[in-house]
Amino acid sequence: MLERLKRRARGGSGYATGDPFVAALQDAIGPDRVKVDGAHKALLSHDASVFEGGNAGPVCYPDSTEQVQTIVRLANEYGRNVVPRGAGTGLAGGAIPLGAPVVVAVTRMDRILEVDTVNRVAWVEPGVINLDLTKRLTPTGYHFAPDPSSQQVCTIGGNVANNSGGPHCLAYGVTNAHVVALELVLPSGEAVILGGLDAEPTGYDLRGVVVGSEGTLGVVTKVAVRITRNRPEVRTLLLSFSEVRDAANTVSDVIAAGIVPAAMEVMDQRITEAVENYVGAGYPRDAAAVLLAEVDGQADGVDIDADRIAEIGRANHATDVRLAGSDEERALLWKGRKTAFGAVAQIAPDYYLHDTVVPRRALADVLTEIYAIADRHEVLVMNVFHAGDGNLHPLLIFDGREEGVLERVHAAGEEIITASLDAGGVLSGEHGIGVEKQKFMSRMFTDDDLDHQNRLRQAFDPGCRTNPGKVIPSGHSCADIQALRSVPREVWV
Amino acid sequence: MAPATLTSTDPVLAEFAADIGADGPIAVAGGRTRWELGGALADGTRVVAAPTGIVEYIPDEMTVTVRAGTTVAELHRTLAERGQRTGLPDRGGTVGGALAVGENDLRALGRGPVRNALLQIRYVSADGRIVSSGGPTVKNVSGFDLPRLMVGSLGTLGMLGEAILRTNPIPPHARWLAAEGVDPGEVHEVLLAPSAILWDGETTWVQLEGHAADVDAQRLVLDGLGSFRTVDLDDSDALPVELPANRWSCTPAEAAGFGTGVGADAGRFVAAVGLGLVFAERPQPPRVLAPAAAVVSERLKQNFDPTGRCNPGRVVGGR
Repeated sequence: MLERLKRRARGGSGYATGDPFVAALQDAIGPDRVKVDGAHKALLSHDASVFEGGNAGPVCYPDSTEQVQTIVRLANEYGRNVVPRGAGTGLAGGAIPLGAPVVVAVTRMDRILEVDTVNRVAWVEPGVINLDLTKRLTPTGYHFAPDPSSQQVCTIGGNVANNSGGPHCLAYGVTNAHVVALELVLPSGEAVILGGLDAEPTGYDLRGVVVGSEGTLGVVTKVAVRITRNRPEVRTLLLSFSEVRDAANTVSDVIAAGIVPAAMEVMDQRITEAVENYVGAGYPRDAAAVLLAEVDGQADGVDIDADRIAEIGRANHATDVRLAGSDEERALLWKGRKTAFGAVAQIAPDYYLHDTVVPRRALADVLTEIYAIADRHEVLVMNVFHAGDGNLHPLLIFDGREEGVLERVHAAGEEIITASLDAGGVLSGEHGIGVEKQKFMSRMFTDDDLDHQNRLRQAFDPGCRTNPGKVIPSGHSCADIQALRSVPREVWV
Repeated sequence: MAPATLTSTDPVLAEFAADIGADGPIAVAGGRTRWELGGALADGTRVVAAPTGIVEYIPDEMTVTVRAGTTVAELHRTLAERGQRTGLPDRGGTVGGALAVGENDLRALGRGPVRNALLQIRYVSADGRIVSSGGPTVKNVSGFDLPRLMVGSLGTLGMLGEAILRTNPIPPHARWLAAEGVDPGEVHEVLLAPSAILWDGETTWVQLEGHAADVDAQRLVLDGLGSFRTVDLDDSDALPVELPANRWSCTPAEAAGFGTGVGADAGRFVAAVGLGLVFAERPQPPRVLAPAAAVVSERLKQNFDPTGRCNPGRVVGGR
């Protein structure tokens, strides 16, 4: 007790809340690792999503697996829920704390523990920033393949939770293909390694189901990620089109020709103009759509594939085909693509970003439909998307102060989701379900399908104590509108 | 507008579900190529076959919908007509069997692991319902990843009926090379993206795939390590070496040094270097699940199959 009083006198952050759970947490992992002040709780009640209904309880910053276990066990003892959190860059509300749970922010667990080029894995803690890992790997000739546009700030733990993608996942696969093992603190407080560095780990693929589970199955405390050999040769093509449909058809025809480029990204004219005004990346302002296509590998193969892509583009009426002439030019083009949403932030008061996937052959028709939906509801839409895998990101632009606009934006969004599903698509390609799309889950899955997803979740977390109220529809879903004013400049998808 | 759920309208699948019903011990037999895996099937278990046939193949989408009882050979024959293949190994078995067993092709460096090939699965649950999970597109994070769970589940959680698989282009050129006395780990290190490196302690076989000029360039790199010769195979899908009977799962590092530390008493072996799979004369010592993983696994089994009717006698892991 005396020690506790001394700590209190030293002014530990918000110690004197009167909450015995907070006192127990602070005693167990140290007062500086448990924050209960209003500013912290307000900050961690949000992520980068549209959702406003978050309510953080105590916020913990553990720096070891043992501390995470302690937090989870104490939460069990005090009957509190647990929500894991990385950098909070999620766009579907997956990290939003519901019902004042303890928030386990893993941002201080940011060590790269081991780089093993023989087994081609790196063991990292969940708070390691995605791009920091690739930077650390650069001298070894390897990289971490998933490259979400938020990679400068998002964490590997967050990537695991969301099964994150990125432009270069077209050829290399999303996060699940790059996680060979992980350490998970189960809702019981036990820590366990799932998966393994061996070729075919024994047992059910529990590793595989934890990836993409949006933090509902436990707290990931270590990850063994696959590291990918850098390709010696890269060719980046910029194709311009006078019709969006032609760009979409080019993408579909490239895949049909048996070419799997490293990346194929499309931006329409509105977003290209925004990008040019923002960073001046060298995109043509007069094209209805541009396609950024990249192939990598060995010298001869990349030339053959780049030539074929150019040919397919011309057959689809490309008005211009340009090969990036230098690393600098390529880097600038990618900078433009990856800051597309930051660019929009400069020109629009508010936006609502969607994330659906459609079969590649349906891209052109669904895009046409999306423009028509936006017109019908009198909102502006911009399209920038991972075209190679059919992953659309329609961006509805509006001014939230305009009366009735929010209703129109929601109605348009719902129609976009419906149009994607009707075309044989899915609800989300990389942002996840979180709270944003819970209410749409029953559009894609039957009650029986959802029942089995729930059975999986409860095998890990029988009491539904970890990140409750997410993914599976439970009547708690909510969607609100993101105010760009509160979002940093480097906004991402 | 009617909801666009993944619900199957395939009467063949409904018939399969009706056949499985909701009571009594049940198992699905594929090609029985790995029939003893996970333990012997309990006596009195009714054995049924999964429906067959390719439902829809969309080459320019690189996806194929196929019923679980279709043989991998038939699937790959159809795909090959359009220059494609999947990551499923062809050992004479079925698509459902390959998924339920989850074992990879020895050339998985080039073809990818089985678990990455499955986009959507439809299975009949222990209580006879058709359950769908995953999605038909090549990218999808909608909901929990039951397809991953089903790969390697040995039919203990549900009876696989239909799958949507990712297909991949067959590279325009492929070549097996072999040499004696080279360090297979070094081969893995110098090559950019070999499709397979096999090693039996003396000979190293390398499969290179890609554009012909790229394959030639990689061949030149190999020549720096030893005297490689081209291996001509009658069947382009065959392996250049006969495999011993027992499958081992090792780390890539262990496979590259197999027979010295790990596998010292394994007898004759063929190791897939870079991948970690090894085939050896003697079996791998039993691998045991971590206790906490075993608890979750038992709960999974209980939640998916409360009466224990799915493939009774078989246990995933711990054997």
